[in-house]
This record gives sequence, C-alpha cells and structure tokens, in this order.
Amino acid sequence: MSLLEVKNISKIYGSLKALDNVSLKVEKGDWLAIMGPSGSGKSTMMNIIGAMDKPTLGQVILDGKDISKESSKSLTQIRRDKIGLIFQQFHLVNYLTALENVMVAQYYHSIPDEKEAMEALERVGLADRAKHLPAQLSGGEQQRVCIARALINYPEIILADEPTGNLDEANENMVIDIFRQLHKDGSTLIVVTHDPEVAEVAQKTIVLEHGKVAREVINNEK
Amino acid sequence: MFFRMVKGALFRQRGKMLMIAFTIALGASLATAMLNVMLDVGDKVNQELKAYGANIRVVPQGRAVISQMYDVEGEENAQSQYLAENELGNIKTIFWAFNIVDFAPFLDTQCTLNSEKENIKVTGTWFTHHLSLPTGEELDAGMVSLRSWWEIDGTWIDDNKDPNVKEAMVGADIARKYGLKPGDTLKLSCGKKAENVNIKAVFSSDGEEDSVIYVPLALAQMLSDKKGLVSSIDVSALTTPDNELAKKAAQKGPSSLSKSDYETWYCTAYSSSICYQIQEVITNSVASQVRQVTESEGSILEKTQLLMLLITILSLIGSALGISNLVTASVMERSKEIGLLKAIGANDGPISGLILTEIIITSIFGGIIGYFVGLGFAQIIGHTVFNSAIDIKPMVIPIVAVLVVTVTLVGSLPAVKMLLGLRPTEVLHGR
Ligand SMILES: Nc1ncnc2c1ncn2[C@@H]1O[C@H](COP(=O)(O)OP(=O)(O)OP(=O)(O)O)[C@@H](O)[C@H]1O
Ligand SMILES: [Mg+2]
Repeated sequence: MSLLEVKNISKIYGSLKALDNVSLKVEKGDWLAIMGPSGSGKSTMMNIIGAMDKPTLGQVILDGKDISKESSKSLTQIRRDKIGLIFQQFHLVNYLTALENVMVAQYYHSIPDEKEAMEALERVGLADRAKHLPAQLSGGEQQRVCIARALINYPEIILADEPTGNLDEANENMVIDIFRQLHKDGSTLIVVTHDPEVAEVAQKTIVLEHGKVAREVINNEK
Repeated sequence: MFFRMVKGALFRQRGKMLMIAFTIALGASLATAMLNVMLDVGDKVNQELKAYGANIRVVPQGRAVISQMYDVEGEENAQSQYLAENELGNIKTIFWAFNIVDFAPFLDTQCTLNSEKENIKVTGTWFTHHLSLPTGEELDAGMVSLRSWWEIDGTWIDDNKDPNVKEAMVGADIARKYGLKPGDTLKLSCGKKAENVNIKAVFSSDGEEDSVIYVPLALAQMLSDKKGLVSSIDVSALTTPDNELAKKAAQKGPSSLSKSDYETWYCTAYSSSICYQIQEVITNSVASQVRQVTESEGSILEKTQLLMLLITILSLIGSALGISNLVTASVMERSKEIGLLKAIGANDGPISGLILTEIIITSIFGGIIGYFVGLGFAQIIGHTVFNSAIDIKPMVIPIVAVLVVTVTLVGSLPAVKMLLGLRPTEVLHGR
C-alpha cells in the first residue's frame, strides 16, 4: 500500500478548475518534485495533500485513510501527527526564538522537549542561533528553522511549497543538502518548485499544467 | 511552553502590548475618575447645599405651646422652657443621622453694650464644635458651616479648643450704630452679670441677624445664668420631598398611620419623619420644618446625580469602544500567526486560550495603572470643581475590573472567533 494515494481529485473554484482529475502515488521514502507554471495548481495540490484543504471531487488516501471528507478538527490532528510543512514565506512566530519556534510544534503535538528541539536545530546547522528571534535571522536561517520545525515530530510526509523561492544560491544549496540528508534518512518529501535545480535532485518530477499532470520525469540517481 | 509563549508575546512585543495596555489604562482611568466623582457628587453637593442654612428648628415644648396659644413668654417652668445641651449629640444618632448635615444650638439673652442703654439681643451658639458621637463618628457642627454665606470682616470665633473664649461676632447693623470693629473690646452687661469680650469679627447676613451679637454658648449660658441649657436648635437636614403620606403624617400625626404606612414613613427621609425622630431624642422638644427649600435641595441633588450618571455612562461607552476597537485590531493583526499555529496542528481551544490570556494579562496591567491614574483624575476634578478631595470609593474597583475584562473579552472574542474560522491556506499563502 502506498503512503499517499491521490485518486482523481479536482478542485473547482466557480468555473475554474484549479486541479482537474489528478491522480498520484507516493511511496514511503519517495522524493517527489512538482513543477509547473504559475497558476497551474501546485499550491492547491499541496494544500490538499497537507490536509489544509479538501478536494471538490476525488479521494486522498494518506496512510490508509481517506482524508478528503474529514472534519476540519480531524484534519488538524492529521496535520499535527503526519505532516511537516515548509512554506515559501517561512512563517515563524515572530516573538519566539528559533528554539521556541521549534518547540511550539512539539507543544501542540505532544510535550515540548528542549533538548530534542536543540538537536533538530543542530541538524540544520543553527545550534548557535537558537536564542535568536526571527527578525535577527537571515532568510536562509529562517527557512532552516522552518525545516527543523517541520521535522521535529517525525512526520510521515514533509511538504515544502517553494522552499527556496526566497533564497539565494548559497542558502538554496544548503536547503537542498538538508533535503538530501532527509531523503537518505528515509523521509518522504514532496517539494513544489520553479527551480529546475531543486527539481532534478528529486527522484521524480511531476509537471502540472492547467490543473492536469502534463508529464512525469524520472531523474537519474546520481 | 504555554507560559513561555505568553511571556514571549508580552515581553518581546512590548511596544505593541504597551500600546494596548495604555489604551486600556486610559479607558479605565476615565471610568475610575467618573465613577468616583459620580459616587461622591452627592456628598459634595450636600456640602454645598448646606451653605443655604438650616431647615428644621427645634424649640422647647413650653415655648412652642405658649407662644402659639398666648403669644407671651412665661418663665414658670424652666424644664419646658429650655432644652438640654448635653442631648444635642443625640441628633446624630437618629435613624436618619446620615441626612443631618449640620446643626447649632442657640441661647438668647438681652444685654446692654458698654455704657449704652439699649437692650441688644445676644445669642450664644456653637461656631465650630467638635463632637465625638457614641457611634464613633466625628463631626464639626456649628455656625461656620451653617452660616457659611455670612460676609465676615475679621475671623470666625474658634470655640473648639476653648469653649469658654470671651469673644463675640457683631452683626453689621449694630457695628454701624455703635461704631464697633474687629479687635475692639466690648462690655456686655446682662442683668446681674457682665463680661468684657473681644470682637473677633463683624458679619453681614443681609437679614435680621445683623442686629444680633453672637457669642460662644458657654459665655451666653454664664451671662444669663442658664448653665447647660439652650433655647433652640437649628438643624440642616437633607429631606425627601413630601408626598401624600408625609402630608398626612404631618397633619394628623404619625399615630394616625397604619403600621406599614408608619414604617414606610419612618424609614423615608421626609422632613416630618426627621422632625419626629429628633423629638424622640431631645427631651420636651418640638421640631418643625422652617424652610421649604429642601424640595429643591433634593431635586438639585437628584439632577446633578442624574447628569453625572449620564456623563459617566457615556464616558464608559466611549472607553469601551476605544478599547474593544484596539483589541479587535490587535487580534486581527495576528491572522498569520493563528493560521500558522493551526497549520502545525494547534486546535481552536489552545489558540484562543493563548490569545485571551495575553489580552487579559495586558488588560489587567492596563486596568491597574488606569485605576490609579483615574484616582488622580478624580482628585483633579474634585479640586477644580468642588475645591475639595473626592472620597475614594472601593466599590469602583470591582466595577472597573468587570468593565475592563468584559470590554476586552467582548473586543477580542469575535475577532478570535473569526480568525479561527479562517482556513490556514487563506492566510499563509499571501495571495
Ligand atoms: N481560494 C481560491 N479561490 C479562487 N481561486 C483560487 C483559490 N485558490 C487558488 N485559486 C486559483 O487556482 C489556480 C491554482 O492556484 P495555485 O495557487 O494552486 O497555483 P500555483 O501553481 O501554486 O501558482 P504559483 O506558482 O504562482 O504559486 C489559480 O488560478 C488560482 O487563481
Ligand atoms: Mg503556489
């Protein structure tokens, strides 16, 4: 059984089909990239997979459970237990330190554990910035805090919507390296990106156009 | 973690939170000041109205009956001709003691001045007489406040420290006639007794009193040989305007009332029930209303209080709107943060708990500061409007506390509820 199976989903806004009958399978440990022009439905797709939104039609089966018709309360629980989210705009709580931002995810998941949160920051190379507020961190550092926060509860899937969209080359490479490491450790990753360099390090790239899967590219393992 | 988050929100966003606390403080101070002034305005207006003099006169039974029936002054029974000075304090022990704002006893005698022939009315009284009542209450009774409208050339007699001072206050008419002025020494000869007194002041009341000489009660008692006696008492009392019940009681006597009517009457501050109660505590006395202005005193007080109440309510609404507006805005500002917390798996309860805790801590902080600032405002109002301090009423504290908490909750709850209704996707991807 696949970890994630998207079956014929459509998302319809009035007369606009943001997603049009899309199907997709993701196995445990997969690293999938989603590309496509602006407005092609990438974020819509991620929101549905990330249990933040529901499809108009079709089913999303995550870990053997259909989440396409759940109440918003149980969707919250699914997000908390199974999904790690990374955003283009980082989205950190601006009055909490890097460390506390990671601990917030622990707090809402189970119980905060400062030591474990610190280790997560170490993994993304930010141990020395633990006590800094987001405003005192660079964009790349903020994004790494986000990654640490997404990892902290050992999610089934890590979803990143344009994680490098606001980063320069050096920080982008750092983020790619972290993803590589995560993949090596067995994490399941889905990354939306405009950047071919970010896409080609994934195992497989899906290209969306007008809400449909236009093509799939299998990248050669390097 | 919860407290770490609250602490972070409060201390690391000090500027923003102080701004909110400041607005709450402003609103709370306004409410505190207006409530304190409103609750004290009654007492303040009473004090001002007291300036209009006495409205109840208490005389001995004998004098009242004889002067009514024969219009002559008999001397046969001293018991019924005078009241006992030592019973005066009882006036402040009646059921309506709180409504008795001031009183002063009088003892009249006739004397000649220096070597003149003409008899002049010399009246002994209290000027400022400090009373320690059995109830534990302290009171300064006397002419200084009962005749506060007198125009004085000189200073009031101070009979508080030494009730036996040999001093006099001379009415303007007499002073003009005999060429007396403050500082002069005056010889009072009254029958067998005589005494030299020092003129402390010449007063002008624009009335009959201008041809009277006032001396301390003890001096008049000595001159007229009436130790411990007084011939009348002026009482200034706040009364409820008369209604049918009060008129009936005044005309036919309280015994004509049914038991429940009697109780209602006795427990209402009608002038007739206050008079009745005074008669109960002063032996052989007849108390009657001498001046009708009590009605307008009552309505002036009511109107002032109503006005203050309206202004207070308006200012409370004003500060409530100000506070809730800012609180709403500050919560709405946090839509991104709330969306994020929801995205990483926080439920509605903990999020609302977090935000409401922060808001309530801020509002308590602001409320406490506002309360004390408001006390300051109240004193400023007291000194500019009434020339005296405003009494601090403890009951304002719970009112302001409830007000601040309700207003901040009312201001934040709908905003929090609205934000919880948002889906995280709507706020997180700044479309
Ligand atoms: N809440 C909504 N209401 C109406 N239309 C929407 C809504 N959300 C998305 N859309 C529309 O759906 C389409 C797909 O949007 P989506 O955000 O998935 O695009 P995207 O591929 O992520 O684009 P980008 O690369 O610019 O982020 C767009 O045309 C968008 O306007
Ligand atoms: Mg997008």
